[in-house]
Amino acid sequence: MNQARIGAWIATILGALYFVVPLIGTFEFSLRMRRGEYSFDAYRVVFGDPQFQATFAYSTLQALATIVVGVLLVVPTAYWIQLRLPKLRPVVEFITLMPLVIPAIVIVFGYIRLYNSSSILPMTASARATDLLLTFSYVTLALPYMYRAVDTGLRAIDVRTLTEAAENLGAGWPTILFKVILPNVRSAILSGAFLTFAVVIGEFTMASLLNRPAFGPYLQNIGANRAYEPSALAIIAFVVTWACMGLINVFGRGKQIKAAP
Amino acid sequence: MAFLALSDIRKNYGPQTVVHKFDLAVERGEFISFLGPSGCGKTTTLRMVAGFEVPTAGSIKIDGKEITRLHPNKRNVGMVFQSYALFPNMTVAENVAFGLKIAKKSAAEVKSRVEEMLNIVKLPHLAGRYPYQLSGGQQQRVALARAIAIKPQVLLLDEPLSALDAKIRVSLREEIRSLQRSLGITTIYVTHDQEEALSMSDRIVVMSEGRAEQIGTPFEIYNNPTTRFVASFVGTLNVLKGQALDPASGLMRVDGQEIVSAKPLPAAAGAECSVALRPEVATIGHPSIAVADGKNRMIGTIEEVSFLGSVVRIRVRFQENAIKLDVFNNPNAAPPERGAEVAVSFAREDVLVLEGGHA
Repeated sequence: MNQARIGAWIATILGALYFVVPLIGTFEFSLRMRRGEYSFDAYRVVFGDPQFQATFAYSTLQALATIVVGVLLVVPTAYWIQLRLPKLRPVVEFITLMPLVIPAIVIVFGYIRLYNSSSILPMTASARATDLLLTFSYVTLALPYMYRAVDTGLRAIDVRTLTEAAENLGAGWPTILFKVILPNVRSAILSGAFLTFAVVIGEFTMASLLNRPAFGPYLQNIGANRAYEPSALAIIAFVVTWACMGLINVFGRGKQIKAAP
Repeated sequence: MAFLALSDIRKNYGPQTVVHKFDLAVERGEFISFLGPSGCGKTTTLRMVAGFEVPTAGSIKIDGKEITRLHPNKRNVGMVFQSYALFPNMTVAENVAFGLKIAKKSAAEVKSRVEEMLNIVKLPHLAGRYPYQLSGGQQQRVALARAIAIKPQVLLLDEPLSALDAKIRVSLREEIRSLQRSLGITTIYVTHDQEEALSMSDRIVVMSEGRAEQIGTPFEIYNNPTTRFVASFVGTLNVLKGQALDPASGLMRVDGQEIVSAKPLPAAAGAECSVALRPEVATIGHPSIAVADGKNRMIGTIEEVSFLGSVVRIRVRFQENAIKLDVFNNPNAAPPERGAEVAVSFAREDVLVLEGGHA
């Protein structure tokens, strides 16, 4: 084994340790709730907590809503940009990257100023309207991931020719979009969807400042008041996120629809 | 009245005009090829018929119905694309059925039509395959089946064979032509391959820089090209430059030797002019052998001999001018040698006098 290879292995092992050791430490600590022996008591407490169930269900619902709204917003936009307005692509890419540059707290304060109870559109005046506002804010937060994923998927197929072929056979826009384009960017949409899920499920800032019962604020609250449960929750959140990543890989590699050569 | 009529079509992209005053009348069941180099406007014209481009001026009618601004999905025009454009998420059968389902045909009708189409293109056994599981030739057959399944009034083919290898190209073009004949479908075929256009078409539209240079049968286009561009683009052409002696009788001098064309020369006496010869119209012989009366005869030297299998291509230089000649390979006679002096003879009728004076 030459020196370069040894160096590479050392770097890999150090990197892995850097990530894995805290995780193992957290996991190990989460098992110590019962004195003198390892147990899953912390997990039992967490899963048995009605607030956990409620907040996790709420955030899951928010994530699903975000995915639906995001797909309905991003797929037609990216498709239209690719097909008719390719010169606008840099502008749209810049806009979609903005949520990565502007802190979430700035965005949410903007929302509160714009949509407070005394504004023309008082979305924060009722719980349901605030839920909707939270969904839209999550769509904004997830935009960079969803747009990139869909745009990459669209670039992999010949959008223009497929559209023309479908039009030529009598198809209108809804048919083209739902029967020709969407199925061919399915794995790209799923990638974007899982990334969106991972972003939304643990999001704190927006949910907390809009005062919604989401999983992120619950995590923070538990972390501030309990000893072992936060570690268990951290591991649960980690597993959920990694499950999403795993699903991206599974669907990305699964029944791959290849473009005709 | 023509079945498909393109009248005074013009297409501009900003300040640039890519199709100029294009007129074409296509009869029902006719096979027309648009032939020309890249950027000549042939695909743009085809796309205007399909509805993917809207003409800046002019009109397009199918069977007397104005379709110039009709959306592509309302035209009932079938199109086969160069890149096949099969839907990757659908099987072969689903691809063929796509247009039929949109037309809201009954399930039984869709099924029987798909089977019929796949039988026509000889791919019934591949109905369940996805496009990526097919070869290029098979994909193009499926694309053809999909395009004709909807019983279009006009079939458009945009360089459908250019992505295929030579052998498949030849066999598929024969299949396309025989299918078109049997269905009697009015067809426009875009190609830059002159052999394809010559072998398949009822008529050819030779295009250059957005204009139809000449419209005619393959025989007319090849043997009687009216412009220098057509003559040079379709087939190989030898240009002979010289001086007009008696333009009315077609007499001119080329490298000190006199030749005569059957047509008058479009140049004044004493002025420089040029004519053209196809490689296959001239014969070579020993300079001592006389030629038939009325035939042109020029003495030159063999400069190059290329053996191409069935044909031997010989380049003969006079002085300033040189021409290429094609003679059939004769296994019992060695090809002529470089440096030999030969007489090149050709009929007056074979001398092409092209519009615009200079061939």
